[in-house]
Amino acid sequence: MKKSKILMLLAALLPLGLFIFPLWNITLEAPQYPIPLGMNIHINDFSDAHPYDIKNINLMNHYVGMKYIPDAIPEFKIFPIGILITTFIGLVIGFKFNYKWFLAWFILMVVLSSAGLYDFYLWNHDYGHDLDPKAILKFTNADGSPMGFQPPFFGSKEILNFRVHSYPRLGALFLSLGIGLSLFSYFIGKKERHSSSITI
Amino acid sequence: MKNTFKISLGFLMIAVAITSCNNGNSSKSKGALSSSAAEKVYIAPGEHDEFYAFLSGGFSGQLAVYGLPSGRLFKVIPVFSVDAEKAYGFNEETKPMLNTSHGFIPWGDSHHPDMSQTNGELDGRWIFINENNTPRIARIDLTTFETVEILEIPNTAGNHSSSYVTDNTEYVIAGTRFSIPIPQRDMPIKDYKGNFKGTLSFIKVDPESGEMNLKFQILMPGFNYDKAHPGRGKSHGWFFYTTYNTEEAHTLLEVNASQNDKDFIAAINWKKIEAYVNNGGGKKMAANYAHNVYDESTHSATSTMKKEVIMVDPADVPGAIYFLPTPKSPHGCDIDPSGEYIVASGKLSSNLTIHSFTKMLDAIENEKFAGDAYGIPILNFEDILAGVVEQAGLGPLHTEFDGEGNAYTSFFISSEVVKWKLGTWEVIDRKNTYYSVGHVMIPGGNSQKPYGKYLLALNKITKDRYLPTGPEVTQSAQLYDITGGKMELLLDFPTIGEPHYAAAIPADLIKSKSKKLYKLEENKHPYAALTDDDTKVVRNGNEVHIYMTTIRSHFNPDNIEGIKVGDKVYFHVTNLEQDYDVPHGIAMIGAQTSELLIMPGQTETFIWYPKLVGVWPFYCTDFCSALHQEMQGYVRVSPKDSDIELSWGLGDDDE
Repeated sequence: MKKSKILMLLAALLPLGLFIFPLWNITLEAPQYPIPLGMNIHINDFSDAHPYDIKNINLMNHYVGMKYIPDAIPEFKIFPIGILITTFIGLVIGFKFNYKWFLAWFILMVVLSSAGLYDFYLWNHDYGHDLDPKAILKFTNADGSPMGFQPPFFGSKEILNFRVHSYPRLGALFLSLGIGLSLFSYFIGKKERHSSSITI
Repeated sequence: MKNTFKISLGFLMIAVAITSCNNGNSSKSKGALSSSAAEKVYIAPGEHDEFYAFLSGGFSGQLAVYGLPSGRLFKVIPVFSVDAEKAYGFNEETKPMLNTSHGFIPWGDSHHPDMSQTNGELDGRWIFINENNTPRIARIDLTTFETVEILEIPNTAGNHSSSYVTDNTEYVIAGTRFSIPIPQRDMPIKDYKGNFKGTLSFIKVDPESGEMNLKFQILMPGFNYDKAHPGRGKSHGWFFYTTYNTEEAHTLLEVNASQNDKDFIAAINWKKIEAYVNNGGGKKMAANYAHNVYDESTHSATSTMKKEVIMVDPADVPGAIYFLPTPKSPHGCDIDPSGEYIVASGKLSSNLTIHSFTKMLDAIENEKFAGDAYGIPILNFEDILAGVVEQAGLGPLHTEFDGEGNAYTSFFISSEVVKWKLGTWEVIDRKNTYYSVGHVMIPGGNSQKPYGKYLLALNKITKDRYLPTGPEVTQSAQLYDITGGKMELLLDFPTIGEPHYAAAIPADLIKSKSKKLYKLEENKHPYAALTDDDTKVVRNGNEVHIYMTTIRSHFNPDNIEGIKVGDKVYFHVTNLEQDYDVPHGIAMIGAQTSELLIMPGQTETFIWYPKLVGVWPFYCTDFCSALHQEMQGYVRVSPKDSDIELSWGLGDDDE
């Protein structure tokens, strides 16, 4: 089997790592939390970084009127199916189709991942801004507008007494490696074709 | 009267002698302050101490947890006395812990903590401590730092020679300081001699659960059994108890029990007696004693009365018990880490007597006996003597070991700690204590593996050592660095109650096992409300049970109506928090009990008898959160004949 095909098959399989490892992590640091509060986001679940962290994040957040982090969101159903389907497509492409389709899979994955990230951003924004009007503590920005508590999309940010970190985790690495590898296998495939056409 | 006078005169002369003696010393021993003592005990903010030290609270009845070398107090563990701060002995869950054959006893006198061991080394699982007045032994779990078991000791009075633990925690022991009629009966006190008896108790510890079971008692002559230690290593399988009042006096003991030149150390071959009992030996004797166990899943204690003990008559197990003649009312009875030396502190002597275990076995084998006391063979003093530390000080009490071949003995009358060498019996160093030291403690110092870095002197008297606080001033502990040839006084710190004995362990052996919270899903309390949906108020005649929850920052329910004067109202409060260090408290105006202080995941109960019509508030007593001051509620109390139905709620709004 051609090297490019092997790489493409590997690329298609790598996103399955998302079923094992978390996609993203949000961590909240504060002096009275020497062990920070943390939440891992998986493609099908939210999980505690340490036991009871989500419960305790909710308890903190209710002071400023933020909603409870739900046990489940619709994405937990859609994302796993999406990953399974795209992996299946990738495998079919790897086995049956030529290298040009590798690029197509790459583009598909970039588009879908971007959509996923945008969805995450929207959820994040809503979570940080849709506040209970009867919130115990109400804060305003310098311009008088209500202060939002949206965690950073990517990076670290001060929110009241917390320093909040939002970074991708191992699952995201698997996904991006898969995507990157599909592009790489496209170039390899192109090169293979080029060199084989010369030898023929 | 004449005798008393003579003794007083004697002590006065001793005191004069000591004073002049100490003057010579003090000019030389200035070194402690000029060196870097402060650096050695300074633990920077946020840093942890190297050792946990557990100091008995003496007449406070409790056990205090300190850090060493800083001397900082972390926690007072309630054991034998009620503690209103923690609701120990006040809430319905822990009241059974203080049940005894005499009923509920709210106070105790805690003396000698000792830690569980495996292969003669501290294993950091449990710490045991004895109660002197109403004879009991408690077990404290070192994952929760809470008292989880208390066993009453029958046929015992003044449980002082206790609670020492064998090499593998096979047994923890108790022993009677005061001999009494056994079984108890109405008889003239003057008929003490020959009629009063003492018991030594061997309590089996379950190797998994730690649960204690009084396996057998030994019926001994009517002496006072003062202190004890188990054999270590080569002498594992033996237990050694000091005795005084072998005169069997029953009045003015300070004189009448100080007449014999020598009393005894009782050497008990417990393995032999255990085998005898396992083969059906010993007589079953009716008894009545409480066994109280705290269950971590129900967060509740139960008390069971036990009705029988196995009593062993030494005459029935020949070759199991011997008396070692020991000078002058010995107090401390300490075994060195090798198990060879039995160090006896004749408290009215200026010498220390050290018996040899090997020589003892040899004398027993060759049946070299000097006679017997009530049928128990007495060995010859000279045959078993390993050595004497001559003129070491005045009033020797207790000895600990550093594992480097050195021993450290406290001298009460001359207020000093003396370091001496095992085998050569030479005095190496002496340092003053301020004042009147009782026990000394080296972390692991009564195990096979001492951590010989520090020595803690536990002092009875402080006088001018701290800012005065009226007639009652604190007792104290003093920390010495013993890593060098000479001891160095590093720190003085006050203690709770009276620190009799103490035990210490490297923090690394237990701190990672310390529990952070109780898991709600493991809470099996019959009245727990594990979610907000479980909250309710139930009436059963005039008994009302409130199933209440707490979480930052409210009670659920927080408004309750339909309570009537004359009701008996149970507040069963579950703390729904699952975060480290977020307890909630609750106090109700007019409740004739303590607050509750409820750890995350725990359920506790108090009872309130409303006596007056009105609307009465309750509130959270532990500053739990930013909205702590808002954490409150009301109970409406109506007249006895009112027909207002029970109702309750939370946040059912003031529209």
